[in-house]
Amino acid sequence: MTNLNAIYINGLGNLSPQKTTDSSHFLDEVNRVQSNRLACIEPNYRDFISPDILRRMGRLIKMGVASSRICLADAGCVMPDAIITGTGLGCLEDTEKFLTTLIRNNEELLTPTSFIQSTHNTVSAQIALLLKCHNYNFTYVHRGWSFESALLDAMIQLRNGKASKVLAGGMDELTNGSFEISRRLGLWRMKPADTFELLKTTARGSIAGEGSAFFLLSSAQSDTTYAVLTGMNTFNRKASPVSLPRLLSDFLERSGTGPEEIDLAVCGLNGDTSSARPYKELTGSLNNAGIAAWKHLSGEYMTSSAFGLWMASMIMKKQQVPEAAVIRPPGAKTIKTILIYNHYLDLNHSFILIRKP
Amino acid sequence: MGIRVVITGYGIVSSIGMNADEVLGSLLEEVSGIGEITRFDTIHKGKLPLAEVKRSNAELLELSGLKDKRKYSRTSLLGIAAASQAAGMAGIKPNQSLRTGLISANTVGGMDRTEDFYPLFLENQSRGRLSEVATHDCGESTERIAQFLDIRDFITTISTACSSSANAIMLGSEMIKAGLIDRVIAGGADAVTRFTLNGFNTLMILDKNGCRPFDEERAGLTIGEGAAFLVLESEELAIREGRKIAGFLSGYGNANDAYHQTASSPDGIGAGLAMAKALEMGGIVPARISYINVHGTGTQNNDLSEGIAVQRLFGGEVPPFSSTKSYTGHTLGAAGAIEAVISLLSIQHSCVFPNLGWATPMKELYIRPVTTLLRNTDVEHVLSNSFGFGGNNSSLVLSKYNSR
Repeated sequence: MTNLNAIYINGLGNLSPQKTTDSSHFLDEVNRVQSNRLACIEPNYRDFISPDILRRMGRLIKMGVASSRICLADAGCVMPDAIITGTGLGCLEDTEKFLTTLIRNNEELLTPTSFIQSTHNTVSAQIALLLKCHNYNFTYVHRGWSFESALLDAMIQLRNGKASKVLAGGMDELTNGSFEISRRLGLWRMKPADTFELLKTTARGSIAGEGSAFFLLSSAQSDTTYAVLTGMNTFNRKASPVSLPRLLSDFLERSGTGPEEIDLAVCGLNGDTSSARPYKELTGSLNNAGIAAWKHLSGEYMTSSAFGLWMASMIMKKQQVPEAAVIRPPGAKTIKTILIYNHYLDLNHSFILIRKP
Repeated sequence: MGIRVVITGYGIVSSIGMNADEVLGSLLEEVSGIGEITRFDTIHKGKLPLAEVKRSNAELLELSGLKDKRKYSRTSLLGIAAASQAAGMAGIKPNQSLRTGLISANTVGGMDRTEDFYPLFLENQSRGRLSEVATHDCGESTERIAQFLDIRDFITTISTACSSSANAIMLGSEMIKAGLIDRVIAGGADAVTRFTLNGFNTLMILDKNGCRPFDEERAGLTIGEGAAFLVLESEELAIREGRKIAGFLSGYGNANDAYHQTASSPDGIGAGLAMAKALEMGGIVPARISYINVHGTGTQNNDLSEGIAVQRLFGGEVPPFSSTKSYTGHTLGAAGAIEAVISLLSIQHSCVFPNLGWATPMKELYIRPVTTLLRNTDVEHVLSNSFGFGGNNSSLVLSKYNSR
C-alpha cells in the first residue's frame, strides 16, 4: 500500500570503482587494488550516448548521463518530473582544462567547450537535454552535503505534490590535479592501501575516489521498489553541543523510529584514524545493529554518501550484506531499517534512514 | 490558504551601490555601474568593460570587520556584506530559538583565488599556496557567510549558472512551507574572475560597449559582480515577531529549456514555462503583473528568446519591462537575488527603473523596454526572470504586502 508522504526508491544507477552498473551482481566480485586512489570502472558510453554527442562530452557528464540512464531504465521511468543533482566540485576536468589553457596561452586562443562544460549544473542539464525534459532542474554544490541537499529537495518536491517521480543523484570526478591538491591537504594515505585492509589499519588519511549514483524517487510504490526513504538530516556536529547518539535519537523520533529498530548502520568509515571517532561514537550506541561500510570500495569524495545509499538500498532489496562491506553482521533475520551515517571531514554530517517497503 | 512566505529583510552589494539605499539612488539617477576593468590583470583591460563592485578586498574585509585575508575569497566577502545587511534588517541574532537557514548560490566559488594559485601549481604540483585553493569549491563561501552570521540549523549551496540565486530563494520558500525551517537567508554572491570573463569571451557574447538589453544593435552582455540576500519567513511568524514586511514571494517556477547547453530556444519554451508556473502558483493572471524585471542579458539570443516568450504569455498587454543588467551588469550566480532586491525596491518606491543603453527596437518584437523612469506608479506584482546555461530558467513573482 502506498502511504501518503512515503517516498519510495524505485530505481538505482551507480557508476563507481566497483562493478555496480549491473544490478544482477551485488559486490560479489570486488575490484581489489593497492592504491590511494580509486577510479570508476567506466562502461562503454556508446551504449548510453550517441557518438557525435559523446565526442565532446566531459568525463563527469558521461558518468552522470550513463548512471542516470541506468537508473531510469531500472525504474522503468521515461520522463522524470524533476532532475536534481549534487556535486561537490562539479566538472573538474573541464574546469582545469579551461584554467590551464587560460594561463598557458595568456588568455588568447581559448575555445568555449571546456568553459561551457565547467558549469556545475552541466550534468543535470545534459540529462534534461537528452531526455527533452522541461521539468524542474536543480543542482546543489555544498561539499559533503551536495547529495544530501539534492535528496532533501527531492523529498520536498514529492511531498508538496509538485512531482511524483524525481531523478536525484550525486556525482564527483577525481582528476590528477584535484588528487594532488587534496593529497597535499593531507586527505589521503601516504602509502598505497589494500582495498580489504584500509578499514583495518590505523593511519592518517583515506583513499580518494569518485562516482556517480542516481536514484529514482517516487511517491508511489512499484514492483521495482528497493526501499522507503524515511528521513534525511544534515548537521554540523561542531555547531551542536548535543552528542551524536542524541542527535540520532532526535532524528529517528521525527520519523517514528527507535534506535533499537535499526538493523544495520551503513557507515562512511574511510580508514582515516581521526575520521573514525564519530562513527565509533554512533555505532557504540547501536548495540543491536550490524555495521557495514563502503568507502574502501568507492574511495572518499564529497558525494560518496550516494554510493552509501545505493549500497543500503541494494542490501534492503536483496536482504543480504555483501561480504566485502560487512564490519559487524546484523543480528536480525530480516533487515527492516537501515541507517546511513556519513561525514565529510567531520564538517558535513548526515543521517539517511530507509525502511523495507 | 497555505503558508504565505514574506520578506522581512534584504541586502545588496553591487557595482551601483554597497547597500539598498545606494542601489536605489543609482537606479533613480540612472547611473550604471559598468566601467573599466580594475580588479585583475587581463589582456582585455581597456577593451571589455565590467560592472565591478567599487571596493577592494581590503576595503570589503574592513567593512565587515574581518582580518585574515587568506581566509576569504572575494565571493565570500561580497556575500558576507550583503547577507549581514539582510540579517540585520530582519533582526536575526545568534542563539534565537528559531531555526534559521542559509541558502547561498554562486557559479565559480573562490575562483578568484584559484587563479592566483594555479600558475605556480601548473609549473610544479608541489607549489602554490594551499590556502589560495582551499576556497575553491562553491560551498566554501556559504560556510564563511554562515560562520560570520552564526547560522547553524541548515546551510546549502545551489549552482545552476545564471539562475542560481533565484533558485536559492525558491528552495528557501519551499523549506518554510514544508515546516523544515523557520527563517531562511537566501540569495547569492559571485565575484568577477578572469575565468568567467574569458569564458564568456570565447562565446563571443561580451559587448565591448557595455550591454544594451533589448536593443536591435545589442552585441552581448557585460559581466558584473555582487551579492544579494533576502530573509524569508512565514507571514505568521513575521507578524508574531512584529517584523516589518517588505513584500512577499507569491510565486515561482523553474523549468528547463532542454534545447542547447548555452543557447536559448528560438521560441523561449523554457522561459515561457518558468513564467507560467510562477504566475500559476501565485494565482496571478498576466494582466496583474505591474512590471517585469527581465533576464535581458543583452545577447542576441537571450533577448529574442525571452522577448518571444513574454509576448506569447502576455499577448497584447505586456506590462512595463526593463533589464537592470544595464546598471549592474550580469552578476551570474548573484543575478536572481540582486534583481529580486531591485524588484522589491520597485514595489516599495512605486517606480519602474528604466532599461539603460536602449535606442532601437528589435525588429522581431513588438514590445520595447521602459527607457525613462516611471515614478508614482503602483507596483503590485513584479515578475523577475533569471535564465542560465543548461537551459535553467527561473521566474519569481514578488508582491506588495497586504495583510489578508
